[in-house]
Amino acid sequence: MAMPERNVVEAINNALTEEMERDPRVMLLGLDVGRLGGVFRTTSGLIEKYGASRVVDTPLAEASIIGASLGLAVSGMVPVAEIQFLGFTAQAFHQIGPQLGKYRHRSRGRYHAQVTIRAPFGGGIRSPEFHSDAVEAQFVQSPGIKVVMPSNPYDAKGMLLEAIRDPDPVLFCEPDRLYRLYRMEVPDGDYTVPFGKAVVAREGKDVTLVAWSAAVELCQRAAAKLAEEDIEASIVDLRTLVPLDVETLVNAVAATGRCVIVHEAPLSAGFGAEVAATLAEEAFYDLDAPIARVASWDIPFPPASMEHWYLPSVDRVVEAAKRTAAA
Amino acid sequence: MAIMAETRLMTLQPDGKLLKGARPSMDEEFLLDALRWMLLSRLYDEKVIGLQRQGRFGVYSPGLGQEASIVGSSMALDPERDWIVPQYRELMAIVRHGYPLEKITATYMGKTTEATRIPEGVNVLPTQVALAAQLPQAVGLAWGLKLQGKDAVVMAYIGDGGSSEGDFHEALNLAGVQKVPIVFFMQNNQWAISTPRSLQSATPSFSLRAAGYGFPGVEVDGNDIFAVYQAAVEAVRRARAGDGPTLIESVTYRMGFHNTTDNPSRYEDKEQRADFERRDPIDRVVRYLRSLGLLDEQREDNLRAEVSAEVDRVIEAAAAEPGVRPDGMFDNVYERPPARVLKQREQFRGSNGNA
Ligand SMILES: Cc1ncc(C[n+]2csc(CCOP(=O)(O)OP(=O)(O)O)c2C)c(N)n1
Ligand SMILES: [Mg+2]
Repeated sequence: MAMPERNVVEAINNALTEEMERDPRVMLLGLDVGRLGGVFRTTSGLIEKYGASRVVDTPLAEASIIGASLGLAVSGMVPVAEIQFLGFTAQAFHQIGPQLGKYRHRSRGRYHAQVTIRAPFGGGIRSPEFHSDAVEAQFVQSPGIKVVMPSNPYDAKGMLLEAIRDPDPVLFCEPDRLYRLYRMEVPDGDYTVPFGKAVVAREGKDVTLVAWSAAVELCQRAAAKLAEEDIEASIVDLRTLVPLDVETLVNAVAATGRCVIVHEAPLSAGFGAEVAATLAEEAFYDLDAPIARVASWDIPFPPASMEHWYLPSVDRVVEAAKRTAAA
Repeated sequence: MAIMAETRLMTLQPDGKLLKGARPSMDEEFLLDALRWMLLSRLYDEKVIGLQRQGRFGVYSPGLGQEASIVGSSMALDPERDWIVPQYRELMAIVRHGYPLEKITATYMGKTTEATRIPEGVNVLPTQVALAAQLPQAVGLAWGLKLQGKDAVVMAYIGDGGSSEGDFHEALNLAGVQKVPIVFFMQNNQWAISTPRSLQSATPSFSLRAAGYGFPGVEVDGNDIFAVYQAAVEAVRRARAGDGPTLIESVTYRMGFHNTTDNPSRYEDKEQRADFERRDPIDRVVRYLRSLGLLDEQREDNLRAEVSAEVDRVIEAAAAEPGVRPDGMFDNVYERPPARVLKQREQFRGSNGNA
């Protein structure tokens, strides 16, 4: 029997369905997740299967979606909250970093918060203002929160199941540009992708591209173009920013001695800065060229008609990789 | 257009006489128990403020003047099944609910360890410093208990100041929509540090806000233990019956200071203070019990001496609790800490000579 193929939306929907079936404590809450099935349809069909008390259309108020999830978790439920777009975590920021992230610590281990926050993000789909903001690094500065960034349908399902079962809070960022871009084999049934395990998504001897989420797909296209010019790029998909797999990162960069970090967030203090600093500490003597970063500019996300000038592009990645390979 | 304030529920007058036609909401034995808790609250506050001045106690927000509000509300709860979600100025409420006072005292004395945390089986959440952040969490807790068919009510505390936060609005709104078993108990003590109640909201009564969320609000004389208890019992009954949330505004006065770093003489209105001094919640109960012949001077002195001895015992026990380990700060961040954090802990241990 052929393995089913799924895109990211279908993989997420499949993971949620299977987990709600397996564990009656799991519930979904957020804006439009019930009747509509989510603005991207990731939760489509779930209210019909599991009812309005387990798939809850909440009032339009992000802080209470997260705060209530914390309380629900303390009561013994396993909430999966959706923030409709990652940019609107700003409205809930306090309930995420300082509250969810610290609850185990603040209660000295008496309580923990088994809460998953799902949030679509990223540019390239011509969303309105605030919807595309890649603010993942803000949560890396919130100890206690895991920050996970799947880049493909297989990882999306396996990492979402891992997130829901993790006893600690997880921010699960969904690459909305990839939601329906392609399908790949995503098995039915149970499997998880562990956190803190980066993967080498492409082998190559000349330069190492480091990325996560939708930027991995961008790097794949850039690597194909580089190959036409006889530059073989490897790609490290970090998969999770917290926990960070330093070992895989360092080994992959040491193997080529050259590194280009690619992300959609603005350059300054993006997670790429953390990657570069880690490499400076752990791989300095293996580097043959300065580390390069390709990121969005340090300006607000522009109107949709200009987003392709703002986001990292294949050309910018290729150019940085060539420069780094030649240095 | 006039906005009508709710009438303020009051039973026991400041002179210790029942309001004409009013009936006490507690029997005599229960009232004596309440008085004991109120005295414990007051004598504890007075003693630890002294300790704080000697550098033996952390920054502390006393409940002075608010004892009827703190004790009367919590006495409406059943610690076996109900939950308290505190702000921070309800110490004796969480103690009555089962969090041992010596453990809390030890924490204030710097012993923030697993041994002094809220014990297993005690239905209390950690005190909340980030004002109003506890409210959406309390709503989630009540919601989850309801979904699991548990016969439990959540009482969540908030101050007049904290009630201006966005989280307050979001929490009450969600609680109304989901009709969760919760009581929002607001201690309106007239101050948020130095900001007076009049600058907090233009509403003539905070209790009126409940209407905007679709559930009842009541205003009570927060220095009248009978009124506070009566309102709390009724709200708990409603919640338990599945009738949803209630907002209680308990009108009281912060007779101490915001916390041990504060100096209210810089901003306090002396007349307002004097007015509330005449309405002291403990004096009121003492006068009432005197008039019934249930508490003579001798018995009151004995009670005070007993409670004072208990405070001393608690402080001694707290002082004997083991102190913190430096690397204990790495505990309880994650169930499975990331490799980076474990590495940092090793680094810290190395630099700190800590086992
Ligand atoms: C979100 C937030 N902002 C500011 C503070 C600083 N702060 C601590 S207590 C307080 C006043 C709180 O007043 P109220 O809610 O009325 O409670 P009370 O202290 O009177 O019991 C302030 C401003 C805080 N702890 N949290
Ligand atoms: Mg106040």
